[in-house]
Amino acid sequence: MVISDFDYYRPSTVNEACDLLARFGNEAKVLAGGTDLLPKLKNELIAPRVLVSLKSISEIRGISHLPEQGIVIGAGVTHNGLVNSSLLQERYPAISEAAHSMANNQVRNLGTIGGNLVNALPSADLPPILIALDAFLTMTGPAGSRTMPLGEFFVGPQRSAILPDEILEKITIPDQPTTGSAYIKFGLRRSGALAVVGVAAGVVAEGAFVRSARIVLGAVAPTPIRVRVAEDLLAGREATEEVLEEVGRAAALECKPISDIRASEEYRRDMVRVFTKRALRKALHLPTIREGEQYDS
Amino acid sequence: MTVNSIEGKDGARRYPIQLMVNGDTYTFVVKGNRLLVDLLRKDLGLTGTKKGCELGNCGSCTVLVDGKPVDACLLLAVEADGSEITTIEGVAQSEALDKLQDSFIDKAAIQCGYCTPGMILSAKALLSRIPHPNEQQVRAAISGNLCRCTGYVNIIKAVLAASQQEERRVEE
Repeated sequence: MVISDFDYYRPSTVNEACDLLARFGNEAKVLAGGTDLLPKLKNELIAPRVLVSLKSISEIRGISHLPEQGIVIGAGVTHNGLVNSSLLQERYPAISEAAHSMANNQVRNLGTIGGNLVNALPSADLPPILIALDAFLTMTGPAGSRTMPLGEFFVGPQRSAILPDEILEKITIPDQPTTGSAYIKFGLRRSGALAVVGVAAGVVAEGAFVRSARIVLGAVAPTPIRVRVAEDLLAGREATEEVLEEVGRAAALECKPISDIRASEEYRRDMVRVFTKRALRKALHLPTIREGEQYDS
Repeated sequence: MTVNSIEGKDGARRYPIQLMVNGDTYTFVVKGNRLLVDLLRKDLGLTGTKKGCELGNCGSCTVLVDGKPVDACLLLAVEADGSEITTIEGVAQSEALDKLQDSFIDKAAIQCGYCTPGMILSAKALLSRIPHPNEQQVRAAISGNLCRCTGYVNIIKAVLAASQQEERRVEE
């Protein structure tokens, strides 16, 4: 495995990084944590002439709560930064849990939330829960900054709406009436496995009575998808086991999974049904009911 | 706005970096594509850091960067500029093995030995964060380190035994 020579730049501000990207155009790639980029370089899938490292840009690190904005997560925060954030553990533990379900400890110390989003893998673990919490992105380019709901960011497998001369700067989770949220994932192993199915849920509920719900699926369509038919079925109803089963079945019908080395389409659909129910129960703080007892996730 | 660089005879740029490795400070001049794992093994002769999958799956190249375990095969040396690195060679204090190393020997937690440096560094990071982990926490901490001899049972015993050893010392 040989990586071709490249010129390395380490700007210290987002604007400097944008200038470099504008200057080198298609010849440049952004280097965040490198956990996706380095395997691509080693496998010679890409051979950029320039790498622009985000390592020294302090403005894209850190997690804070800003009044009237919500929780702002810098794009350069590592996965373990999300896992260990006391602010996230307190407000949205589901984000910390989703980050903890990714890859392995060594990779979580390098990989960043920004890299995970921009890489736009259909099986990525962070997008479903962030979309379920109505997150939006701030991207900065030569013409200035723009924001976009994360739900509109993904356009296909490994394709997102970010422009080649833009830097993803931060992810904002607006303050909201959500009473509970959850992300649960089914992978073939506990560690180092991509999601076969990932389900995120965010609910506004009083006890088991659901006012509204957001349900987002990962790994079962070209992009993460909200299953709105399933969401509408649940809104304004008591989340009994029968209702949840109905919602799970609707979600299974709404997704568009493929068959691949990890699972068949049929199996993925059934796991969507099961994991949608489990994610909703978790978000609603209801006790877990397992079908059989053989699965442990 | 960028790091200093010099152009080599081959036209590729080189970058001066400073690393503290196992307590000693070094200055290197490296190409952008130099991986930390290769710098440690080839430039410093620290071959205790192993190369396995080279893609961040196996953990045999695990080193501590500013105390955190990372895969040295996924980190460019230029990106580690200014960091403190601990490799397996820096775990023992002069002649005395670390309690984790003693414990691995004691519990026969080594078969072919290829995963051992990475296992010990992952375990070391765990014990510095959680001095008395339970078995689940040990399993989670080494889940990024694959042992192809599948000797996990004794590895877990060794880490747990090392964590209890300290307790004994405190009691004494």
